[in-house]
Amino acid sequence: MAKPLIKATGLSKRYGATAALDNADLTVNAGEVVAIMGPSGSGKSTLLHCVAGIVAADSGSVDYRGRDLLRMSDGERSALRRSDFGFIFQFGQLVPELTCLENVALPLRLDGVKRKEAERRARHSLERLEVVDVADQRPGEVSGGQGQRVAVARAMIIEPSIVFADEPTGALDSLNGEAVMRLLTTAAKEDGCAVVLVTHEARVAAYSDREVVVRDGRTRQMVEAL
Amino acid sequence: MCIVKRMAIGQTFLGLLEAGPRHGYDLKRAYDEQFGGSRPLHYGQVYSTLSRLLKNGLVEVDGIEQGEGPERKRYAVTEAGVTDVAAWLAAPEKPEPYLQNTLYTKVVLSLLTNRPAGELLDVQRAEHLRLMRELTRRKNDGDLSDQLICDHALFHLEADLRWLELTAARLDQLSKEVAKRG
Repeated sequence: MAKPLIKATGLSKRYGATAALDNADLTVNAGEVVAIMGPSGSGKSTLLHCVAGIVAADSGSVDYRGRDLLRMSDGERSALRRSDFGFIFQFGQLVPELTCLENVALPLRLDGVKRKEAERRARHSLERLEVVDVADQRPGEVSGGQGQRVAVARAMIIEPSIVFADEPTGALDSLNGEAVMRLLTTAAKEDGCAVVLVTHEARVAAYSDREVVVRDGRTRQMVEAL
Repeated sequence: MCIVKRMAIGQTFLGLLEAGPRHGYDLKRAYDEQFGGSRPLHYGQVYSTLSRLLKNGLVEVDGIEQGEGPERKRYAVTEAGVTDVAAWLAAPEKPEPYLQNTLYTKVVLSLLTNRPAGELLDVQRAEHLRLMRELTRRKNDGDLSDQLICDHALFHLEADLRWLELTAARLDQLSKEVAKRG
């Protein structure tokens, strides 16, 4: 069996008296789409943030290609997030002053890629997500569904090994939500990129290969009936 | 998956005949193309339905063609047939709330017999999601008809899943209720 791409073991996280995560585990293999599901407040977003190194867990380990994220310095974690991880959030979080093309090119520019090359690749990424027609518009001028596709294009542009998506369709209607999921999972499969997806919607989770349920901060791996 | 309830085949035929008279074979072909999915109609169903519609005065024989094989009847919808299909289209379908279904019975029975009801719900949840994944794949590979048919099934399964989630969250409460009743 191939070694997992990322393996989180025994993660715990407290916010004051509240245990957001309690000995939670998550394993993701290269190229697979995993949905994290669970009721509101169950800890699913905290799990995603801890596994992605956005939030430091109080205890446990997150092994990514032989290195424990929890033992890295903030700078190392930050560099890893920029080079290997893509992120998509519920409200796109695009930079409002930049055009959609510039938003998608931004991660490459921050990595020192020249403007012309970065924008050429950004245009290609927008084409893949079927939103190249909004390239020159600013985020405030496009619809929610278009904005979220731009956010997916931005997450995919660095060719990440894994994309973390926190309720990526939460602010969209059914039709736009499904389009975003279809485009995201198709692009990820083409690139061999894994996706970890937090969602409370079963129809969105149906785009995954596997689901993990979080209840009261604890993970349950779903096993299908024999 | 056939998408027309068997009882509605007659009305569907009447609707298809509104465009003009057809032979039984043409009617079957039109039906299978639009609604048959992976389960086309049997010829027996086509001719028994047409015979019932004929008997009830909803269709009439518009002509008979003599060929080398058996004679072929061409059917036309009657005025009564048009009224019938219009009434069927205008009437809402009865919403089925599936009250006290098998799943509810299984959950209560598990609690009554001290079996792990939570596991039952988890296994059911996984099975629902497995089918939802299958339908999602079929939807994404299919045409607009496939998308609409699969979406209908997906929304129903999603509603079931929400019930499963809510029931899982209320198991302790339900357990006390069941013990009180018992």
